[in-house]
Amino acid sequence: MPKITVNNKEIIFEEGMTVLQACELAGAEIPRFCYHERLSIAGNCRMCLVELEKSSKPIASCAMPATEGMKIKTNTPFVEKARKGVMEFLLANHPLDCPVCDQGGECDLQDQSLFYGMDNSRYTENKRQVKEKYMGPLIKTVMTRCIHCTRCVRFATEVAGIPELGAIGRGEDMEITTYLEKSMESELSANVIDLCPVGALTSKPYAFEARPWDLKKTETIDVMDAVGSNIRVDTYGREVKRVLPRVNEDINEEWISDKTRYSCDGLSKQRLDTPYIRENGKLIKASWNQASNLLISKLKTFDPKQIGGLVGDLADLEMIYSFKSFFEKCIGSSYIESRRDRIYLNPQERINYIFNSSINGIEEADFILLVGTNPRLEATILNARIRKAYVKNGVKIYSIGDPGDLTYPYKNIGSSTSVIKNIVSDSHEISGKIKKSKKPLVIIGESALYSQAGQYVFETLKSFLVEKNFIREDWNALNVLSQQASRVGAIDLGVFLISGDDNFNFFNMLDNDDFKFLYLLGADNISFDKKDKFVVYQGSHGDKGAEIADIILPGAAYTEKNGLFVNLEGKLQNAYKASYPPGDAREDWLIFKDLANLMKKKIGYQNAQQLRKLIKDEIEKKNKKRRY
Amino acid sequence: MSIKKLSKIQPQSFEFSKDNLQKAEEEIKKYPKDRKASAVMALLYLAQNQNDNWIPLAGIKYVANLLGIPYIQVYEVTTFYSMFNLSPVGKYFVQVCTTTPCMLRGAKKIVDVCKKHISKNQNELSENKTCSWVEVECLGACANAPMMQINQDYFEDLDENKTEEIVQSLLKGKLPAPGSARNRKSTAPEKERKTLLQGKNA
Repeated sequence: MPKITVNNKEIIFEEGMTVLQACELAGAEIPRFCYHERLSIAGNCRMCLVELEKSSKPIASCAMPATEGMKIKTNTPFVEKARKGVMEFLLANHPLDCPVCDQGGECDLQDQSLFYGMDNSRYTENKRQVKEKYMGPLIKTVMTRCIHCTRCVRFATEVAGIPELGAIGRGEDMEITTYLEKSMESELSANVIDLCPVGALTSKPYAFEARPWDLKKTETIDVMDAVGSNIRVDTYGREVKRVLPRVNEDINEEWISDKTRYSCDGLSKQRLDTPYIRENGKLIKASWNQASNLLISKLKTFDPKQIGGLVGDLADLEMIYSFKSFFEKCIGSSYIESRRDRIYLNPQERINYIFNSSINGIEEADFILLVGTNPRLEATILNARIRKAYVKNGVKIYSIGDPGDLTYPYKNIGSSTSVIKNIVSDSHEISGKIKKSKKPLVIIGESALYSQAGQYVFETLKSFLVEKNFIREDWNALNVLSQQASRVGAIDLGVFLISGDDNFNFFNMLDNDDFKFLYLLGADNISFDKKDKFVVYQGSHGDKGAEIADIILPGAAYTEKNGLFVNLEGKLQNAYKASYPPGDAREDWLIFKDLANLMKKKIGYQNAQQLRKLIKDEIEKKNKKRRY
Repeated sequence: MSIKKLSKIQPQSFEFSKDNLQKAEEEIKKYPKDRKASAVMALLYLAQNQNDNWIPLAGIKYVANLLGIPYIQVYEVTTFYSMFNLSPVGKYFVQVCTTTPCMLRGAKKIVDVCKKHISKNQNELSENKTCSWVEVECLGACANAPMMQINQDYFEDLDENKTEEIVQSLLKGKLPAPGSARNRKSTAPEKERKTLLQGKNA
């Protein structure tokens, strides 16, 4: 193992590391602007200068590969002077508008100028002015503040796969812009806000909303897609001000999608903050007592066989489990469903409905087949991983179905089920490629599993993979891409209605008008004929579900309760409460507990700890059943 | 220097002529297949020559598509290099050298002639829209100072009268013969050699 000496301390480093990484390993902090672990090395800010023995000039540590026997010093007056010089040049054209800059308080330049900045300026010349650029509705630009680190350019080109950003002009006139100031067409675009070390790119919706030191930070989980990105929710009082990514190497690395970042706007709009009861066709505000009593008295008038329940997209496990317990123990009905639509499900084993290769596994894959999925829209972060695998390993990607631009090249091999037939019968051009690959990846999207053909698509591909020994302990090529945060968890908890051959029993019953009483648990994305059904909606937002409801029970949104979520890989994650539900709205499991108490029935738990234990037991049972 | 402004008037489309397309293909062939982007500057130069000394946006797109690289990358290149023009400069593009040797030999007078006869400011088209002028840094013909470049050709050993003659001819649509205005043969001494007298072959 090669050795390097940093500040007289000898350490062992890995081959291929840069001097900067080796210094970090030795515990010496190096200031930097342009260097970023997940982007290519640019070496243009010069802030990371260190002293190398026998070199008359300081070296840029981020761009210099570490070699055996180097002697580096990071804390000498020589280094400090060099860095001070760099900082002086950076500040020569940087405006002194920190008091009105949104980056203030979390600005790299501000922090580092504390250590390397001069107390006064030696310049009498005017600072340069740069025209603002338009980069879309999410990114606010103040380009005068830009220090040309080109992190945003590298991010757009390398990670997002949208080479739309660039640096035009040169020298003092260099400017960062999109081509002809078009907005950035990427689902990851707002990550450049986090990457920008200064206040040149800031968040437009968050502009002048709050100061970072005034915000309460809660580390939690995102529910906008099934990936379960790790996020930090910043709140001011009850209001969620912004959502930022949190590092999780196994899931979202350091990025989040724009949907995740900006969906928090919706947490203050159209909220249900009090129960409602429909009287003479109009929804009227009611108290919890009125609403619960009406609900219970209505429940008694129906046969349990006429009562159905549907779980929505954003439900956490507490919510789903208490809903199921309520249905089974208090109502006596088992007609509950969590799928959004007629999407084929084979619940026999857990590997049938999760992303088995794991998100990290994508990087190891040597063959990727997308079946009826557009990961760019359905799981943006996962798509970024596929792109990473393409850039890093040049993995070959094929798609059945035409998802459009996925930010990496792929080959469309048709969109009918006959293609699958050809592949499994070894008569397709890619059959051989799958067989030859060591770690293939088949990603099946929900649109491929839709309706009757879904069973054929899934079972054929699965038996093909089993036959070719691609479902084994160290590698499982079968991947189902769920789109909703609640999906995998709900299936784990057994919330689906399949009877015999009828995979879509619930939806068939719904269409046949077998339900007279329908309980929607935050389920908005469903279309059915209401007719004379009695509909209860419990959820956080006044959307489609609430519109048709006869009783509305206000619940908590995902930032307002502690909850468990299972992401598409089957990973159990904890979400924490960042703020409180508005008005009379309550956490959903409490609503069911109280309803059960009112009905004088036992629901099986009395507090959150008991509930959580029941859920964890259930999930563990499911995990143990995993077989290959 | 400041960032180049894009022309507001842009042609709808741009395409290489048959000749230029052939030249472009030859340029592309010089590089490995996966390094086609390397030909970008050569192609831009061809585009500029074909389009009266400036590159329209359609030309940037055309070159980008030809090389299979993003538009912004080609745009970056055109804005980086001062010799690519992004707005019309006329059929005759006059570049007057004003770096030290030329300046000492009277480049300012040449600039004054341009100001008087072509346009008041640099980068401005003449009244008949066929000509414009710009001050540039050293063009490497210091031995023949002062000088100016018109399109591809050097006009050397200039003085006020000669420059005026050339400019008037340009405005009439005729490019005079390039080279020394005093009929010097490249950079050779004008009358008798005064240095290196000892050398036999000098």
